[in-house]
Amino acid sequence: MTAEITATASVPDIRPKTSKDDRTMIGFMLVIGLYLIVALALPLYAMLSKSFSTYSFELGNFEFAVDKGEGWSEPVTALALNQDLQVVKPEELATSSDGRLAATVFFSDFSFRSPTKYRLRQIRLESSFLVGSKRIADTEWHEFESNQFRRIVLRPSSATGLENFRTYFSTPALFRSIENSLFIAFLSTMITVSLAFGFAYALNRSKMRFKGVFRLIAMAPILVPSLLPGIALVYLFGNQGMIKGLLFGESIYGPIGIVIGSVFFTFPHALIIITTALAISDSRLYEAAISLRASRWRTFWTVTIPGARYGLISAAFVVFNLVITDFGLPKVIGGQYNMLAVDIYKQVIGQQNFEMGAVVSVVLLIPALFAFSIDRYVQKRQVAVLSSRSVPFEAKPHKRFDLICLSYCLLVGIFIVGIIGVCQYAALIKFWPYQLSLSLVNYNFDVMDGGGWASYTNSIQLGIYTAIAGTIIVFSGAYVVEKTNGFFATRSAFQFLAMMPMAIPGLVLGLAYIFFFNDPANPLNGLYATMGILVVCTVTHFYTVSHLTAVTALKQMDREFEAVASSLKQPFYRLVSRVTVPVCMPAILDISIYLFVNAMTTVSAVIFLYAPDTALAAIAVLNMDDAGDVAPAAAMGMMIFYTNVTARLIHLFVSRKLLQKTQAWRLR
Amino acid sequence: MIRRVFKKSALITCIAAISMFAFANPAFAVDLTVYTAVEAEDLKRYAETFNKEHPDINIKWVRDSTGIVTAKLLAEKNNPQADVIWGIAATSLLIMKAEGMFVPYKPKGIEMLDPKFYDSDATPSWVGMDAWVAAVCFNTVEAAKYNLPSPKTWWDLTKPVYKGHVIMPNPNSSGTGFLDVSSWLQMFGETGGWAYMDALHENIARYTHSGSKPCKLSASGEIPIGVSFAFRGARSKDAGAPIDIIIPREGIGWDLEASAIIAGTDKLEAAKTLMDWSISKTAMEMYNTAYAVVAYKGIAKPVRHFPPETLSRLIDNDFDFAANNRKRILAEWQKRYDSKSDPK
Repeated sequence: MTAEITATASVPDIRPKTSKDDRTMIGFMLVIGLYLIVALALPLYAMLSKSFSTYSFELGNFEFAVDKGEGWSEPVTALALNQDLQVVKPEELATSSDGRLAATVFFSDFSFRSPTKYRLRQIRLESSFLVGSKRIADTEWHEFESNQFRRIVLRPSSATGLENFRTYFSTPALFRSIENSLFIAFLSTMITVSLAFGFAYALNRSKMRFKGVFRLIAMAPILVPSLLPGIALVYLFGNQGMIKGLLFGESIYGPIGIVIGSVFFTFPHALIIITTALAISDSRLYEAAISLRASRWRTFWTVTIPGARYGLISAAFVVFNLVITDFGLPKVIGGQYNMLAVDIYKQVIGQQNFEMGAVVSVVLLIPALFAFSIDRYVQKRQVAVLSSRSVPFEAKPHKRFDLICLSYCLLVGIFIVGIIGVCQYAALIKFWPYQLSLSLVNYNFDVMDGGGWASYTNSIQLGIYTAIAGTIIVFSGAYVVEKTNGFFATRSAFQFLAMMPMAIPGLVLGLAYIFFFNDPANPLNGLYATMGILVVCTVTHFYTVSHLTAVTALKQMDREFEAVASSLKQPFYRLVSRVTVPVCMPAILDISIYLFVNAMTTVSAVIFLYAPDTALAAIAVLNMDDAGDVAPAAAMGMMIFYTNVTARLIHLFVSRKLLQKTQAWRLR
Repeated sequence: MIRRVFKKSALITCIAAISMFAFANPAFAVDLTVYTAVEAEDLKRYAETFNKEHPDINIKWVRDSTGIVTAKLLAEKNNPQADVIWGIAATSLLIMKAEGMFVPYKPKGIEMLDPKFYDSDATPSWVGMDAWVAAVCFNTVEAAKYNLPSPKTWWDLTKPVYKGHVIMPNPNSSGTGFLDVSSWLQMFGETGGWAYMDALHENIARYTHSGSKPCKLSASGEIPIGVSFAFRGARSKDAGAPIDIIIPREGIGWDLEASAIIAGTDKLEAAKTLMDWSISKTAMEMYNTAYAVVAYKGIAKPVRHFPPETLSRLIDNDFDFAANNRKRILAEWQKRYDSKSDPK
C-alpha cells in the first residue's frame, strides 16, 4: 500500500485533458451550485447575522434640559442622570427592536401636574423617541410641558453583538424549550424505532399474509401533514374525546400528545430505513447459527441486531431530526409544553421579535446538525458491511411466529388507519359533539381562515412546479457531480452543499428566506411573495433525499458509458437523453413523486413565505385549527391525503407504462 | 363663442373617452393591496359594498390573523408591499406608527366619528372603524355537567370551582390575549392586575395561540369557559353552539379595528379614497352588522347575541399605555406563567 503511494508520487501525474463536454458540464455544475448558494447558503448567512443584530438604549445619545421656572438648566445626558440615580440597570439597557423606555424615570421628582418644562433631543441620528405614539427622529431640541413629558419614551439604537443570546439564556421560559425538545425527540425516537423495527421484522422475516396491505398502510402517514395526527388525537382524547378514558385523566395536550403524534408521522421514515437494513442481511449467518444450535433468541441478538445496527442508528437519527424540527404537531397539541420550533413561531408571529426568532433558529440548528453529522458518519460505515457473496435471507413459514407478526402488524395498522379515519369522520360531522349529523359544511373553506379552496389549488400547483423544477435541478446536479471528470474540489463543495438542507429545519430555512429575499437591496427581491419563492424554498428543503436518490441511480450506471460515448464522438447531452435518463427513469419518477407529496404536506418551510395569492392547503390546516375551526382543518387535511393518494396512483400507473417502454432491457 | 363650444365639447369628449376607458376596461382600474385582519367570512362583503361606489378601485386582500399581518408588515418595513391597512388592531398600528410607517391623512367626514376612535394627532395617522370587545364564552351544557355556576365578574373566574375549566389566549401570541391582560392591569392597577392573573392562572387549563380559539373550544365543549371576544361568541352562537356570552361586571377591555395608509405607496389617491370610504356612514353600517360598537356617532344598532350591557362596560382604554408598556408586560407575563412547562 505505502509502496504504491510512493511509486505514484515519484511519477508525474497524467491528467486527462478536459474536453469541451467537461467544460460544459462544469459550467452546469457552477449554475446549480450557484442555485444552492443563493437558495441556501446566503439566506442562512442573513439569518445568522440577524441573530447578532441587537437593540439597546444608548443613554448617552439623549440630552435633557429642565426649566423649573428659573430658566433652562445646562443640558445633561440621560447617561449622566442615570449615573446619579441608578434607575436603569445595565442589563435593562438591552432590548428588542420594539423596546421603549419612559423618559420620566430619569427625573425622580417628576410630577405631571408640576409647571416644570422639559427639553429633549437626541445627539446623533441613530435612534428616536416617541411622544405618545408620534415618532421624533431628528436632532432638534423639542420642548414639553410636564403633562406631555410623561408620555415620552426613548427608543433603542441598533448594534451588533451577543446580547440576544445572553437574553435568550437568561429567560427560563425560552431555554427550558431546549430540554423539552430534546426530551420529546429522544422519547419519540425510542418508541418509533422499536415499533418500526418490529414491523419491518415482521415484513421481512415472517411468512405472514397481507404483507402488501400492511406495507401500504404503513406508508400512509407520509401522505398527510404532520399536524393531522394532532387533530385526530384531540377528537380521540380531548375533553370531548371519543375514548378519552384510556388516558386515565392525563391531558392529551402536552408531551403525551406530541409523542403519540410524532410516532405516527415519523413511523414510515423509520420503517423504510430499517426495512432496507433488514433486507440485506446474509442468510449464511443464520445457517451458521442453526448449525451451531443457537436459540432463536440468541440468533436475534447476535446476528439480526448487529446486522441491522447501522440501519437502526440511522433511523434513530432521522426520526430525532424530524421530531425536533417539526412545528405543526406541537403547535396543535402541545398545550403549554414549549418546544424550540414553536418558540420561533411565537417570537416572530406573536411578538414580531425577528432577532430572537433568529436566535432560537440558531439554537435549533445545533441538535439538528449534530444528529445529521452522526447519521452521515454511520451511513458511510454501513456500506462496508455488504459483501458480494451474501445470500439474501428467505423466511420459512412458522405458524405461531407468523401469527404473532400478523397481530402485531394489525395493531400498528389499526393505529395508523384509526388516526386517519378519525380525521375523515371529524370532517364530516356537522358540529362536534352537539350535532352528530353528517354534512359537508366543513368543506366550505371559502368562509374560513386559511385561504379557502384557492389554497388547495395553490398547493397542487406548488406540488407540480416543485416536482418538475426540482427533478430537473436535482437530477442535473447529481449527474454533473457523478459523471464529471476531475474538478475534485468543486465537486466535493457541491456535494457538501447538496447534503446541507437535510440538517436545516424548515422553519429556519423559511425565516432565513424572509431576511434574505425581502431585503430591497437584494436583486432577487422580486421573487418575494410569489409562487416562485415557495418553489425555490420547497425544492431546497427537500434537496438532500432527492439528490441521494439520483446519485444512487447514477452510480449503478457504469462509467464505461461515458467512455464509449466520447470515443464514438457523441456529445454528452445525446448520451444523457438517449441512455442515462431512460435508464434512470424509475429514480426520476421517485424523485418527482417525493417532491410532490412533500410540497403538499410541508408547513414549516413555507409558513413565513406564503402570500395572499399563494396560501397553501397545509398552512390552511394549521390556520384553521389555530382559529378553532378544527373540523374544517381535518377536512382540508384529508383533501391533502386523497390528493397524495391519487398522485401516488398516477405515479404507479405512469411508471408502469414508462418502465415497460424504457426498462425492457432489465427483463432481457 | 365657437371657441367655448369647442372647448366644452372637447372636454366632454375627453371625459367620455376617459370614463369609457375606466368603465369599459376593468384592466384600467387601480389595484390596491390591502392588508387586513378582518374575519375571512366578511371580506367579500366589504369589497363588494365598497365597489358599488368605487368600481375603479380593485381591492387585493392580504388577510391573516393580527399577529401574522403585523409581523409581515414589520418585516416588510423597508420594502412595503401594502398600500393600505384596513381593519387591524390599533395596538398593532401604534407599533408601526412608532416606526414611521404611515402617511398621516385626515379622511373626509372624520368629524362624525367619536374622537376616541382615531389618532389624536392633528393629522391622524390611523382612523378606527369599530371596536372589538373582550367577553367570556360560557358553555351551558358542559357547565351543567360539571355543576359550574355562571360567572358574573372577572374575579368569579378565580374561584376554585372553575379549576381547569377556563381557557384564555396567550398574550405573547394573541392580540386578544394582550387586550385582556392590559385591561386587567388598567382596571385593577399594576399590583391588583398581577394578583388577579396569579389567581386566574390556577384555573387556566391552558393558553391558546389565537384569540378566537378559546371561544370556539368553549362552543365545542372542549373547555366550558373561554376568555375570548364577543364577536366570536356571537358567531358561534349563531352556528348553534350552546353558549352564553358574558360581559364581566368590572368592565371589559377593547381594541379598535383601524385603517391607515402605508408610507411609500404609489397609489396615494386610491388609498385616500378607500380611507374616506372606510369611515363613511355606509361602511359603518356595514361593520355594524357584526360589531356592536362602531366609530360613527349615534348609528350603532344592537347586534344579535351581543349582551345589551356591552357598551356601558367598556373600560377607558389607554392605547399609549398598552403600546408603550407592551414589551414589559409581555416579559413579566412570560416570566410568571409561561416558564412552567406544565399548567398544573
